[in-house]
Amino acid sequence: MTKPRVTVKDLQIGATTDSGRDVEIIKGVSFDIAPGEIIALIGESGSGKTTIALSLMGHTRTGCQIRGGQITLGDHEITGLTERQRAALRGTKVAYVPQSAAAAFNPSKRIMDQVIEITAIHTLMSRDAAEKKAVELFRALALPDPDDIGARYPHQVSGGQLQRLSAAMALIGDPELVIFDEPTTALDVTTQIEVLRAFKSVMQQSGISGVYVSHDLAVVAQVADRILVLKGGEVQEEGTTEQILEAPTHPYTRELLAAFDPVKHEAKPADPSRHDQTPILEVSHLHAGYGDIVKGEPTVKILKDINFKLPRGRNLGVIGESGSGKSTLARAIAGILPPYQGDVLVDGHEMRPGLKARSKEELRRAQIVFQLADTALNPSHSIGAILGRPLGFYHGLKGRAREKRVIELLDMVHLPANIRHRLPGELSGGQKQRVNFARALAAEPELILCDEITSALDTVVAAAIIDLLKELQSELDLSYMFISHDLSTVEAICDEVLVMYKGEVVEALPAAEMSARAEHPYSRLLISSIPQLDTGWLASLERDPKLVEQFAMR
Amino acid sequence: MTTRTSFLSALPTPRKLGYSFNMTGRIGLLVILFWAVVAVIGPMLAPYNPGEIVDWDYFGPMTGDFWLGTDYLGRDILSRILMGARYTVGIALAAVTIACAGGVILGMIAAVTGGWFDMILSRLLDAFNGIPSLLFGLVTVAAVGSSIPVLVLTLAAIYLPGAYRFARALSVNVNTMDFVTVARARGENTPYLIVREIFPNILGPVLADLGVRFVFIVLVLSGLSFLGLGVQPPNADWGALVRENIEGLSFGAPAVLFPSVAIATLTISVNMFIDNLPIKIRDRSE
Amino acid sequence: MRQALKPWFLVLQRLGIAFLTLIIVSFAVFFATELLPGDVAEVLLGQAATPEAVAALRESMGLDEPALSRFLGWLVGLAGGDLGTSYVNRMSVAELIGGRLGNSLQLAGIVTLVSVPVALTLGIGAAMWRGSRFDRAVSVLTISVISVPEFMVATLAVLIFAVWLDWLPALSFGVNADGFWAMLRAYAMPVITLSFVVSAQMIRMTRAAVIETINTPYVEMALLKGASRSRMVLRHALPNALGPIANAVALSLSYLVGGVIIVETIFNYPGVAKLMVDAVSTRDLPLIQSCAMIFCVSYLSLITLADMVAILSNPRLR
Repeated sequence: MTKPRVTVKDLQIGATTDSGRDVEIIKGVSFDIAPGEIIALIGESGSGKTTIALSLMGHTRTGCQIRGGQITLGDHEITGLTERQRAALRGTKVAYVPQSAAAAFNPSKRIMDQVIEITAIHTLMSRDAAEKKAVELFRALALPDPDDIGARYPHQVSGGQLQRLSAAMALIGDPELVIFDEPTTALDVTTQIEVLRAFKSVMQQSGISGVYVSHDLAVVAQVADRILVLKGGEVQEEGTTEQILEAPTHPYTRELLAAFDPVKHEAKPADPSRHDQTPILEVSHLHAGYGDIVKGEPTVKILKDINFKLPRGRNLGVIGESGSGKSTLARAIAGILPPYQGDVLVDGHEMRPGLKARSKEELRRAQIVFQLADTALNPSHSIGAILGRPLGFYHGLKGRAREKRVIELLDMVHLPANIRHRLPGELSGGQKQRVNFARALAAEPELILCDEITSALDTVVAAAIIDLLKELQSELDLSYMFISHDLSTVEAICDEVLVMYKGEVVEALPAAEMSARAEHPYSRLLISSIPQLDTGWLASLERDPKLVEQFAMR
Repeated sequence: MTTRTSFLSALPTPRKLGYSFNMTGRIGLLVILFWAVVAVIGPMLAPYNPGEIVDWDYFGPMTGDFWLGTDYLGRDILSRILMGARYTVGIALAAVTIACAGGVILGMIAAVTGGWFDMILSRLLDAFNGIPSLLFGLVTVAAVGSSIPVLVLTLAAIYLPGAYRFARALSVNVNTMDFVTVARARGENTPYLIVREIFPNILGPVLADLGVRFVFIVLVLSGLSFLGLGVQPPNADWGALVRENIEGLSFGAPAVLFPSVAIATLTISVNMFIDNLPIKIRDRSE
Repeated sequence: MRQALKPWFLVLQRLGIAFLTLIIVSFAVFFATELLPGDVAEVLLGQAATPEAVAALRESMGLDEPALSRFLGWLVGLAGGDLGTSYVNRMSVAELIGGRLGNSLQLAGIVTLVSVPVALTLGIGAAMWRGSRFDRAVSVLTISVISVPEFMVATLAVLIFAVWLDWLPALSFGVNADGFWAMLRAYAMPVITLSFVVSAQMIRMTRAAVIETINTPYVEMALLKGASRSRMVLRHALPNALGPIANAVALSLSYLVGGVIIVETIFNYPGVAKLMVDAVSTRDLPLIQSCAMIFCVSYLSLITLADMVAILSNPRLR
């Protein structure tokens, strides 16, 4: 057996919090990386995956220290080096590809200067040789215009291109190990494919070892040879990619896999007794936008001519990439961003555009729930006060009656009653999102607009929220409009799906058969770009380059 | 994750207010409390009548009888400093309260209502900010004449635009948060938004800002008094005490030094206290 | 949302605001001094204020015209360089100020030359070695200086350099400054005092601006490329902090306006500020108005300059 390139033995990392408390972040993690092997660190937020990855470079973020264990890279024992010796290894032996290349590139310097900076810091080669090598790397990473792209500034190239440029920046010093820290998480799915392909091909050719940090099993399945499943700073399971995907042994890994593939929503057969009922939500020729109003139209137009109907008791999904206008649609319907043209009808009743023009009763019937529970709950109000306010405001409940109803609401979202005395800051992400949802329920609405409510949550927690939504729907006769960029979530809860692109609905599809029924080229591209839990998916995926040209890589 | 959430995590939660100061912060607080007490009961502690000439010698040195020496007329400096505390602390406190209360209320209203009210008020108060503070005091006092109410109002007027700008910036940030949007979408009116949603979330930084402004006001007040335009004889605040005794400077009389030291202990300890507030309270944009 | 706004548009807008501010300020200065104190003629005549004398004086000073027309007349005069006549010694205000303005500008210029390089070096150094002893020493010193009134810095400077060390004359400007050495000695005390006050502000703001850029992901990226601390700060952080630093310099220099009033008074320095403080004690309104306008204009130019630097250096607008 060949000597491993990287050995991590019983790594322990601790941190001191602001209040002076000691916490263990990494609790004795060990693993090896063979030459040319790519190993994935997978886990939820707080699992310690990025902390481990950075420690391989001898770097810890402010407040953290390596407290024990050994990291060996080639012949160097990183844990025993001085800061100056570690700096000598960074860029030459081990390099880093950051999560957000947009933030990691210095805005005031040209791309080329930053890509070849490693060669200047460590005096590896002449400037000409370095630039030549960089252009070769640009070509290998399938960047457009490889000869001249280096002369631009970071804000002049797209996010997907910057991410590949940051890989070139990492590879310029011929490192033995490259660390990829969630490098595609910030990208849209249609862009992600090209970036993943570029990474994979350069890594295969060079024989460099890699560490790929991600929370997304499907992405990892495409690039990694082996997977380490982390939780709470400990390794839960380690195995080859096939092994983890096909035959997971640890219950947590199984939970992760199960969350990835939720139970599909069974489209309810149209209820004949309700057949002629008016839809709970009807939107026709809706236009909305931001900015100064000129001749009755805003300067920045976002939504163009949106039409759809949502029958009572059913769920409508809205999918699209960032900038497609899907969140704006929810805001326009709720009246937060008054539409300048078109109609919104709730249960056949026409809603006036702005919030101020709508009556309390109209506002009560349609509630909106936002993505980030962190910002959607007032940090200085107790949970009881947050849930109590809509009860008092819409239903005039006071004192005992109100408290009783708060407890009922908490019970509905499976939270203990005593949580009502706490502040949002003391709750976990999943608990906060449940409170966020319970506040909408407090109004006793008929329609709930859910704006990416599971997107900021870890997969397992998100799956539980979806289950809760389904359960409440059957109890309370609710209808959801469910906005998401994640197709599997939409499949799990919706009957019908609208595909949005640049402020327009390009296609409406039945949720259960999206990939089979999609006809519009953009819907096909979007649906085919969703990574699958299958190691061969990326290699076998064929995309029409013209289509990609037209709709992706913006 | 994003700047929005990091801003949010910097918002105070009431339970975290009020403790976990470090040593420097505690010393600062102690000195502030000391001067606050002196401002209230100072004259009772004074060994002599502050207006009475008690020593034959002027600019007398520090002795057992006159702990901090005597002034240009032979009055006891310790007694005069104890008396001056009342003017310096009292005027500054009254002015900072008016400035901050006015600024914060206007700032929150401007942030929540927006539109022309915000526009006009912001432009007007910005224009006001274009006048150097000491100069404003100088001109007003020259015009109206110096009295304590005039001083309080002038100082409050000088610092109201800054307090407004600060509170407005914070409120605009909070106002973009989803919880305010949710409250709006619920149909809440503007007073509710201001009092219940915005105010609790800017309180911490506003209190810290109040301290910083208090220091500025003490400095401008002392500056005015030093120029002879502040508190008028026979009364004297600390700045006026320095002015009275400036002749003693060339031979290093304690009468010049100690009033200055009194000002410095007050302002430095307020700054020390604020700089060592828990970070959650001290989120400042300036 | 506001990406459509080009930087030059913002700069023009800022200039427009500055101009409007100036109008409002001059309005405030004029009416504060002219309208509030009751009757100027009565004040001037003091004991001799018989009704006839007051009426005569009012007429000769043009005080019986409506306030607004006097304000406009004053503004037009200001714009044309006619600053009016002093009430006290009937000399032209322009003449009175003329000689003094040079002195004040000279003082401000020397202070700027001294304090900017010192403050930038200390501020950037403190940011580079954040948390070190050097940083803490600089922090304690700057916070002490900005926490105390300017006159205290001045008195301390006199105590140390004139009284205890006996290096410099305490209250300098009675003597004629002949020759380089004598001039240096004469200027030393006011310059030291003002430099301390202005530098303390500048150091704090510079340090904060540099630290803010050091905390960005691209500086962490430079660290992960193996860059040394000085490379991280000088090559990566500093170019992006230049805008905020220039802003800090301009803003700190505006403290000169307040500082100069105290310092000229305490050191008996023959500048505009001393002239104005004297004018306040003699209630010489035309002189006060003109001096106040000079200070407002310089203050306003500095903070407008700071704003414009901030706008132009914002990479999102380039």
